[in-house]
Amino acid sequence: MSEVKASMAGSIWKIVVVEGDTVTAGQDVVVLESMKMEIPIAAEKDGVVKSIVKAEGEFVNEGDVLIIIE
Amino acid sequence: MIRKILVANRGEIAARIIRTCNTMNIDTVAIYSEADREAAFVSMATEAFEIGPPRPQESYLHMDRIFEIANKSGADAIHPGYGFLSENPAFAQRCEEEGIVFIGPPSSMIALMGDKIAAREAMKDAGIPIIPGTTTALNNEKEAIQEAERIGYPLMVKAAAGGGGVGMEIVQTDEQLLKAIDTNQKRAESLFGDGTLFLEKHIEHAKHIEIQVVADTFGNVIHLFDRECSIQRRNQKVIEEAPSQVPEEVRLAMGEKSVEACKQLGYENVGTIEFLVDENNKFYFLEMNTRIQVEHPVTEEITGLDLIQMQINIAQGEKLPIVQEDVSIQGHAIEVRIYAENPETFFPSPGQITTCEFSSSEKVRLEMSVTEDSKVTPFYDPMIGKMIVKGSTRKEAISILREALSHSTIEGIQTNIPMLEKVLQQDAFIKGNITTKYIQEHIQS
Repeated sequence: MSEVKASMAGSIWKIVVVEGDTVTAGQDVVVLESMKMEIPIAAEKDGVVKSIVKAEGEFVNEGDVLIIIE
Repeated sequence: MIRKILVANRGEIAARIIRTCNTMNIDTVAIYSEADREAAFVSMATEAFEIGPPRPQESYLHMDRIFEIANKSGADAIHPGYGFLSENPAFAQRCEEEGIVFIGPPSSMIALMGDKIAAREAMKDAGIPIIPGTTTALNNEKEAIQEAERIGYPLMVKAAAGGGGVGMEIVQTDEQLLKAIDTNQKRAESLFGDGTLFLEKHIEHAKHIEIQVVADTFGNVIHLFDRECSIQRRNQKVIEEAPSQVPEEVRLAMGEKSVEACKQLGYENVGTIEFLVDENNKFYFLEMNTRIQVEHPVTEEITGLDLIQMQINIAQGEKLPIVQEDVSIQGHAIEVRIYAENPETFFPSPGQITTCEFSSSEKVRLEMSVTEDSKVTPFYDPMIGKMIVKGSTRKEAISILREALSHSTIEGIQTNIPMLEKVLQQDAFIKGNITTKYIQEHIQS
């Protein structure tokens, strides 16, 4: 299991995957918006999206878990 | 006469506007989001009202709340600053409807310049050279490829409703063109609510030079010379100076053409006409900003004028007190924008500031949004302040700036200060060999 975490504080602009999707390491799964910039967040490992913890539009702090990949 | 101004903005520009209002004995109303409770501009204003949660849509962009506070506080004018609602024609129009003075041009002028395709055509008709490109919106892929063939690569794909470098992409081939149209259409739709795109010839090795204009409501228009703004990252300016290194006859021709165009268009208040200047010193219209610019201090430093004061006076129906011949350039000014970001990747760096120290001297002007103990939140633009210096020559200005930056410390967050110091040491910058690709070519490579 691996967790995709927010690399900085911001709000979630887009979640590009849904639960059950197969993802590969390096693939962008979430786009954060911080200081008017879109920050893509990639999965660190291959796997299947087990759960999406945060919703689009939600504010997150640095280190918050966004997605769990199994 | 304007007696009370609501400042519909935050950070350094809100503080800047309040400062001028104080010298003019005009009361000020600050509005601030929950995230800005401790900000310096809030305590500087005569009155201050919390407007809502941190997100811009719920605070600095929330028109209903802003007008509620304007009416409650009895403000007779609104200064929009830059960004946020400053170039939103609906906001200016609502001011017109509610009988509150909007400190800027009429809403119709904002709407015209906000539509990049219409603005190109209007400027062309007003005698300003435009970059070869499409005259109407792109309708389909076939038309895009035909237009690309007619104009010739490299091309710039641009959003008609875009600005600040968003929704723009350089393409070299048909394949890249179609891909760029697809992605930028979606992006422009989601960000500006309008996915209309157009094509322009991409001018390589160009400088970004802009002309400051000032127009009263009686048809009098002057220019306050030019600014060099080529040093950019992510299509946003980082270092600006006045005057530019472009030959004098070219700079003055740009100024004269700009004044002529504003007269023809019936422009009012301050505005900036941005140009690209190519290797042969040919200039082309880029866009017009119908508001005060971030970099207005360099113009103030070389002309000795207060642009915010001029804005207010024009808005309250006063005639320009000066003519073109009264304005002259004294010395050379440079501004650096200080961004809360990683100096190498330019990724944002929000967080808690622990140390914020700057050397103060008569030759250094600071316009800061933050102080020691400030928290830089992720909700707004990463610019946390500006440092402006003036020297008798460009060389002297560079050396004052280098000295001032070397005595500046911001800790707790990352800033672009190391990058700024690097540019100021580089031969190409010192010699004035600067184009809009400067950072890609001299910093990122």
